[in-house]
Amino acid sequence: MSGTHGTEKTAGPVLGTSTDTVPPEATSATGTPGDKADAIAAVTRVARAALPANGLITDPTELRTYECDGLAHYRVTPALVVLPETTEQVAAVVRACAEHGVPFVARGSGTGLSGGALPRADGILVVTSRMRAIREVRAADQRAVVEPGVINLDVTRAATPEGYYYAPDPSSQQICSVGGNLAENSGGAHCLKYGFTSNHVLGTDLVTPQGDVVQLGGLAPDAPGYDLLGTVVGSEGTLGIATTAIVRLVRLPEEVRTLLVGFRSTDDAGAATSAIISAGIVPAAIEMMDALAIEAAEAAVHCNYPDGAGAVLVIELDGAAVEVEHEYEQVERLCREHGSFEQRLAIDAAERALIWKGRKSAFAAVGRISPDYIVQDGVIPRTALPEVLRAIADLSSSSGVRVANVFHAGDGNLHPLVLFDGEKEGAGEAAEEVSGAILDLCISHGGSITGEHGVGTDKAAYMPRMFTDEDLDTMQLVRCAFDPDNISNPGKVFPTPRLCGEVPGKRKKPHPLVEAGLADAF
Amino acid sequence: MAQPTRVQSDEPQSDPRKAGAQAHGPVPIGSPTARPAFDDEHPPSAELISDCVHCGFCLPTCPTYTLWGEEMDSPRGRIDLMKAGLQGAPMTDSMVQHFDACLGCMACVTACPSGVQYDKLIEATRVQVERHHTRSPGDRAMRAAIFALFPYKRRLRALRGPLRAYQASGLPKVVRRSGLLDRLAPKLAAMEGLAPVLEKREKLPERVPAVGQRRAVVGMLTGCVQGEFFPGVNAATARVLAAEGCDVVIPRRQGCCGALSVHNGRQEEAERFARSTIDSFEAAGVDTVVVNAAGCGSSMKEYAEVLADDPAYAERARAFVAKVRDVSEYLAELGSVAPRHPLEVTIAYHDACHLGHAQGIRQQPRALLREIPGLQLKEIPEAEICCGSAGIWNVLNPEPARELGDRKARNIASTGATLLVTANPGCLMQVSSSLERQGTRMGLAHTIEVLDASIRGLPLSTLGPQ
Ligand SMILES: Cc1cc2nc3c(=O)[nH]c(=O)nc-3n(C[C@H](O)[C@H](O)[C@H](O)COP(=O)(O)OP(=O)(O)OC[C@H]3O[C@@H](n4cnc5c(N)ncnc54)[C@H](O)[C@@H]3O)c2cc1C
Ligand code: SF4
Ligand code: SF4
Repeated sequence: MSGTHGTEKTAGPVLGTSTDTVPPEATSATGTPGDKADAIAAVTRVARAALPANGLITDPTELRTYECDGLAHYRVTPALVVLPETTEQVAAVVRACAEHGVPFVARGSGTGLSGGALPRADGILVVTSRMRAIREVRAADQRAVVEPGVINLDVTRAATPEGYYYAPDPSSQQICSVGGNLAENSGGAHCLKYGFTSNHVLGTDLVTPQGDVVQLGGLAPDAPGYDLLGTVVGSEGTLGIATTAIVRLVRLPEEVRTLLVGFRSTDDAGAATSAIISAGIVPAAIEMMDALAIEAAEAAVHCNYPDGAGAVLVIELDGAAVEVEHEYEQVERLCREHGSFEQRLAIDAAERALIWKGRKSAFAAVGRISPDYIVQDGVIPRTALPEVLRAIADLSSSSGVRVANVFHAGDGNLHPLVLFDGEKEGAGEAAEEVSGAILDLCISHGGSITGEHGVGTDKAAYMPRMFTDEDLDTMQLVRCAFDPDNISNPGKVFPTPRLCGEVPGKRKKPHPLVEAGLADAF
Repeated sequence: MAQPTRVQSDEPQSDPRKAGAQAHGPVPIGSPTARPAFDDEHPPSAELISDCVHCGFCLPTCPTYTLWGEEMDSPRGRIDLMKAGLQGAPMTDSMVQHFDACLGCMACVTACPSGVQYDKLIEATRVQVERHHTRSPGDRAMRAAIFALFPYKRRLRALRGPLRAYQASGLPKVVRRSGLLDRLAPKLAAMEGLAPVLEKREKLPERVPAVGQRRAVVGMLTGCVQGEFFPGVNAATARVLAAEGCDVVIPRRQGCCGALSVHNGRQEEAERFARSTIDSFEAAGVDTVVVNAAGCGSSMKEYAEVLADDPAYAERARAFVAKVRDVSEYLAELGSVAPRHPLEVTIAYHDACHLGHAQGIRQQPRALLREIPGLQLKEIPEAEICCGSAGIWNVLNPEPARELGDRKARNIASTGATLLVTANPGCLMQVSSSLERQGTRMGLAHTIEVLDASIRGLPLSTLGPQ
């Protein structure tokens, strides 16, 4: 990708030069960016010319409704919100931002849990909630072409009549957007068997931070050349704005069995999980909830989980009927051998839905048992589950901070929910501390600081615990290649945002790759 | 997609986005001269607001969010606006627009995993809006007309039947001049074409005796719109209750329950209607008050909050609320004894928001309908999204209401059912015009009319065109 911005589009085949829909008088207010207010005024003028009249939000009270995403304790009021309806409108706004040096942040449905869509007070928030057309469902090709604001579950709804569905299913699937999923590389319960969003996005139209429209990937899998699509998926809006996604559709399985299993302890449930996977079975999902999480879910959706359970597993098997039958017998036996005291097989779709409802509403349901909480997201090797859970319990009892556990047990993706009462002096800090200590636990057990919720604003500071300066600098080089002016969701993901023009690294000497003549600092 | 057609106004400049065309950049909230949005008398509760964890799960069920895709017209955004108001932001026109645009359908309450009581929040907010906000003259006139018409049976009667235009001349000036009748007329005509045919007004006696052994004595609310436009529903309710062994007491002197006032922040009027409804049913001496209109039932269940500050009525209101039952809720509790005759019909059951979302009554009507031999019940896709009727919302916001109605009608038609069944007069009015517009001929009936037809062994044709 070229460093001289705005002149070349080399990130994959160009999807037609971005047509200039902006009248000349709107763009003529160029020149060097003056002070921030002037720059924003200039972008506002462009946006007003390019978007429908109701596509701009400037009213100060209205702007406040965009101050935060699903992580509500970080709040910043954006200078301007735009609600574009087409790729061209997004490109026009981004081009104006590039021209005037104004930062922009993409936002889908605002359900992110890491503050990824946190606005900038000196920047523009580009919201995709009006780009919600499902352009094509090509069942025969197992593809759908959708706009970024399309709600995850709506893709499945559109494909179901044809016998297909969209596999990645974050718990927020009823509202999170495909664009947000793409940016966060979101996962869900069924990713154990089917993989994360990155396995299901085959192409995207990306508005680069210069405002060019490029096409990455396409209907055919595995485009030759660098996997730029792979780079963009999971980049949390720092490499541009996705305005179309080509996603993979998966055939609806012949048979689905959902089993709810009660255990006395998380140890038992963890051991059962390991046993199932060691037996060579890959269930569509294995989800675990501990007693506190069960209590919350019961309060919220009356899911009728087994009484007195210290942990439940939700296990789903899907595939060909004979295969499911065979696996089901093994799973049933392995759970029994590892101390399950109750097993319930959903007899119909309604029961299955109720079991899942308990699991999928668990995060938000914790609001019923605690005024405030932090949703943590970390990954550990599955075999470390019992040990890490015990360590979390110790942390909880020594600090007096309650922790509820909900997680994708199958792939070791933990979601500890750290409960606190923000009204109580020091409670928030204590919770933060426990929450941070849990991440340290994940790292020390060979895991990661985020499984699926992303780094965003919240975890940028933890990146150096996982990566060396060299690692981070290398990532910066990638970022600079896409976004030399550092205007695309700046301040997210990386701990100390550096301008791309500067030599990366605190050491004030060139990055080893640059020194070796293998890379350029832009 | 709809342009966010906001509350009707005579002043084009009332759209803050046009008015604030030059505004940019972060603007300080709550300038020192502006008064904060809410006063201290029951503002929306900060504690209830803090229950919202900003997860967004309520967004896809919110009709205004599905229409416009913007945060401030979503439950989560409206809660943010309330929060801003509590923190001192002034009650601007734009803020009021977003509160006014809320249909009060309470789909968000059902959807919210955190148990946010949005119903309480918006009602408190609406009372504050009525107290502190001056609406445009056009909007004021329309609202005045609505509240001069709907709660009064005799005035509603003037809108019935083919003599409508002539009779309407007898209405108060504020109603005739507002343009309200022009908005209502097509809806009334469409509805009359689709509603059950047995709609002549039967005068109900003050007491309908139980058939066979008496199992209970219940009071019955006749309602304003229900009583005038769907009198058959009241007659059917009385007959079914009697057939199931209830003595039905129908107090003559009952007036409006105040649902529209309760749901639109007209506190004093709401209190007045609530007191007199309590009075008339206390005088009737019944243990149960059965209601067949979802909107009425949901507001009567809120009387304890409406009259919380009235020392003479607070306790009585609590006692009253404990007696209120939707008719399907009550019949399901009671268990059926009257034999059902078969009805070979495929119905689509529509959850009225004020029954499903506001009162949580979904299983009971379905269970009652399934008891009828031969009847097939179809679920409507996107059942949780409001049809756009929402009390008076469709009159105040005709454009977006039509869009929601058409969407609902398409979903209803997709079920292939020949009879639409629901429990609210407003929904029937709203959906009938959309069905007609898209050329779908199907019957419309209240749940209780279907039960009545089955118990009496009436032919399907009595339930309207099939
Ligand atoms: C109750 C609850 C449960 C959740 N469960 C899960 C779960 O099981 N698994 C999981 O992975 N996540 C989960 N999440 C987190 C969240 O829903 C996901 O991260 C989701 O993908 C965010 O989508 P969104 O549309 O809300 O994006 P937003 O929150 O609006 O944005 C998220 C990030 O994506 C960027 N972005 C958005 N749209 C675009 C675009 N078109 N182009 C480029 N960048 C863009 C934003 O800048 C931001 O950095 C949960 C959240 C909640 C509240
Ligand atoms: S009551 Fe209905 S319209 Fe109002 S915020 Fe809730 S879902 Fe939206
Ligand atoms: S679902 Fe409930 S907690 Fe979540 S945003 Fe809506 S009101 Fe708030």
